Amino acid sequence: MADSPRLSLHIPEPTRRPGEPPDFSAVRPPLAGGLDRPAVDVEASAIRDLAYGLIRVLDDDGKAVGAWDPHLEPETLRSGLRIMMTTRALDDRMVRAQRQGKITFYAKSAGEEAIAAGQALALRPDDMGFPTYRQQGLLIARGYPVAAMAHQVYSDRSDPMQGRQLPCLYSSRAHGFFTISGNLGTQFSQAVGWAMASALKGDDRIAAAWIGDGATAEADFYEALTFASIYRAPVILNIVNNQWAISSFQGLAGGEETTFAARAIGHGLPALRVDGNDFLAVYAVTAWAVERARSNLGATVIEHFTYRAEGHSTSDDPSRYRPAEEAKGWPLGDPILRLKTHLIALGEWSEEQHTALAAELDALVREAQRGAEAAGPLAQADPTVKAQAMFGDVYAETPWHLREQAKAMGEG
Amino acid sequence: MASMTMVQALNSAMDVMLGRDSDVLVFGEDVGYFGGVFRATEGLQKKYGVTRCFDTPIGEAGIVAVAVGMGAYGLRPVVEIQFADYIYPAYDQIVSEAARLRYRSAGDFIAPLTIRAPYGGGIFGGQTHSQSPEALFTHVAGLVTVIPSNPFDAKGLLISAIESDDPVIFLEPKRLYNGPFDGHHERPVTSWAGHPASEVPLEHYTVPLGSAAVARPGAAVTVLTYGSMVHVALAAALDSGIDAEIIDLRTLVPLDIGTITTSVEKTGRCVIVHEATRTSGFGAELSALVQEHCFYHLEAPIERVAGWDTPYPHAFEWDYFPGPARVAAALRRAMEA
Ligand SMILES: Cc1ncc(C[n+]2csc(CCOP(=O)(O)OP(=O)(O)O)c2C)c(N)n1
Ligand SMILES: [Mg+2]
Repeated sequence: MADSPRLSLHIPEPTRRPGEPPDFSAVRPPLAGGLDRPAVDVEASAIRDLAYGLIRVLDDDGKAVGAWDPHLEPETLRSGLRIMMTTRALDDRMVRAQRQGKITFYAKSAGEEAIAAGQALALRPDDMGFPTYRQQGLLIARGYPVAAMAHQVYSDRSDPMQGRQLPCLYSSRAHGFFTISGNLGTQFSQAVGWAMASALKGDDRIAAAWIGDGATAEADFYEALTFASIYRAPVILNIVNNQWAISSFQGLAGGEETTFAARAIGHGLPALRVDGNDFLAVYAVTAWAVERARSNLGATVIEHFTYRAEGHSTSDDPSRYRPAEEAKGWPLGDPILRLKTHLIALGEWSEEQHTALAAELDALVREAQRGAEAAGPLAQADPTVKAQAMFGDVYAETPWHLREQAKAMGEG
Repeated sequence: MASMTMVQALNSAMDVMLGRDSDVLVFGEDVGYFGGVFRATEGLQKKYGVTRCFDTPIGEAGIVAVAVGMGAYGLRPVVEIQFADYIYPAYDQIVSEAARLRYRSAGDFIAPLTIRAPYGGGIFGGQTHSQSPEALFTHVAGLVTVIPSNPFDAKGLLISAIESDDPVIFLEPKRLYNGPFDGHHERPVTSWAGHPASEVPLEHYTVPLGSAAVARPGAAVTVLTYGSMVHVALAAALDSGIDAEIIDLRTLVPLDIGTITTSVEKTGRCVIVHEATRTSGFGAELSALVQEHCFYHLEAPIERVAGWDTPYPHAFEWDYFPGPARVAAALRRAMEA
């Protein structure tokens, strides 16, 4: 007793706060192309190093290098670029609408667009997604109309969710996009259940789920890994490590001690850690995990190493908790710019085409916004429409007490 | 004395307790450096250091569980659940653990924790930033459930909660954080400045748990309410011209039954108002108690005004929120019966 030192508690703190210069000295991105690509039927225990490395394909000159190069057709690359740029155009337009008081809330995915875009293209369109509010790119990639997204964000008379959800919490079964919950983490283990069902039924569709670095602290995360592991569920479990969870740096979710990908190791699952701002690398690791799941070899955990380039949502100001210049210093660059550079280096894209595409997409999202504004707020619809939107779907059949309440609401 | 908003008063309560008692500590998601998404813990980390006020991982079950463990050691944790809507992952730790430690160990262990959580609507937060889950806690033996309606009470009640040896669920009406919103959303926003209850002592004081307040004396009908609805009920009394006696319950469990029965025996009429969904809401308990204690004094059926039995829909904030018009209509019905 007398010999023991006094205990003290470690409280994680980021290395830099507002007013200080950004510090990414702990992020030492390895050169692109340095890691081997194992066969998809490899034992999880044989590839533990990939949970600590960083799979990168695009080098600093925009060339695709190494074993993980997915050798995509230029057409696919241009599709990816278009999905990412549509996402960003919509995000920018909607945030502007929020600043003008036209909508209540919005969450961008700025800086993280390559994840939803690259993964959507590597998955089959009928594979099921269990996203968070930062995978709007998945909906866009699967052809969900941008106009409908604007209707949802505006809670207008054409909102497919009938005004019931906060902006950005989309849902579309037809596009393999599970209804987004406001409660973090819940979708991660649900995706495992969907995948188990697909396996139970002898289907060939797989599931993919996303979770933020911060939300990995929820129990749902560990439950997902345990269930996915023991039942060898055909699911891809994606951790989007964008370094921040509102004001909390990733060290508060355990990122100081080890990588998020390494959480898979104790569960006996294979893990890949990827440069999340590298469209090609994201595509490649996803394709690997897809093939593994579809070959009945079970789940893969993927950590996407990326950076939340803007605020958490329209409700916060990141310069209150991180250096204002931090986003500019992120060593892995901007995903759109990197894919653009690659396409230009290939001779498959030009500045002129890029400018034209940006203008086209700007017109598209403006048109979507005009549509939402023309539809008018659902809150001002007539009472019967409102009563249906409010009281419908609480139960399969509306019970007497809800019918009574709907009537009372109508009477004021 | 200083003029404070409700957020500032809550902050002052934690400040006072961190200063007085080295066993008090404050933690939760984004509460440390950032000071909380509603700023309730602003400046506390700077003043008391990172071991007294700190950020936690996003794991509500973990937050409450470590608070239970710290309480077992002898500390007095004050934890923030960012929104009451996110308390459900912690429900097992609250219901099966915190609420029962004292009972199951015959007093050997206690859980002297305070769980703060902003609740309620009026901010266009949609279904996961607007709920009023108080009845899920009032139903659990062993929990104290507190809901303040103004800055003065908020500070005094929070200090009492922190000093209490029982686990306290402390629900904060977020729509009242910065002003006494009375449900008239079409009118300009009002601030706490100038409101009598915004005069808050800087030092330590308590408002006892288990005691209601008469927010407005009156003779015609008793209104039983709490949180944001206190201000809505006040507006309804004004709008309808009905001389309602408005009781601000402040603590739901243990309930101040004496103040309730005295008022209902005087007025003979009772309207119950809460923002939470109606079915199995706390209003059902209040209605049963009034019936049991005051049956022979009642001159009209007891009225309940509550949130509709649906999730809180984003687009229909003001159709859902039980505003002054609905409360005034209930007052009229109670008077006409
Ligand atoms: C169960 C639950 N707890 C807390 C919150 C509040 N909240 C919303 S987003 C967020 C941060 C999430 O961070 P992360 O998981 O890293 O995702 P990111 O926003 O960075 O994409 C928090 C704490 C919530 N929505 N649900
Ligand atoms: Mg994050």
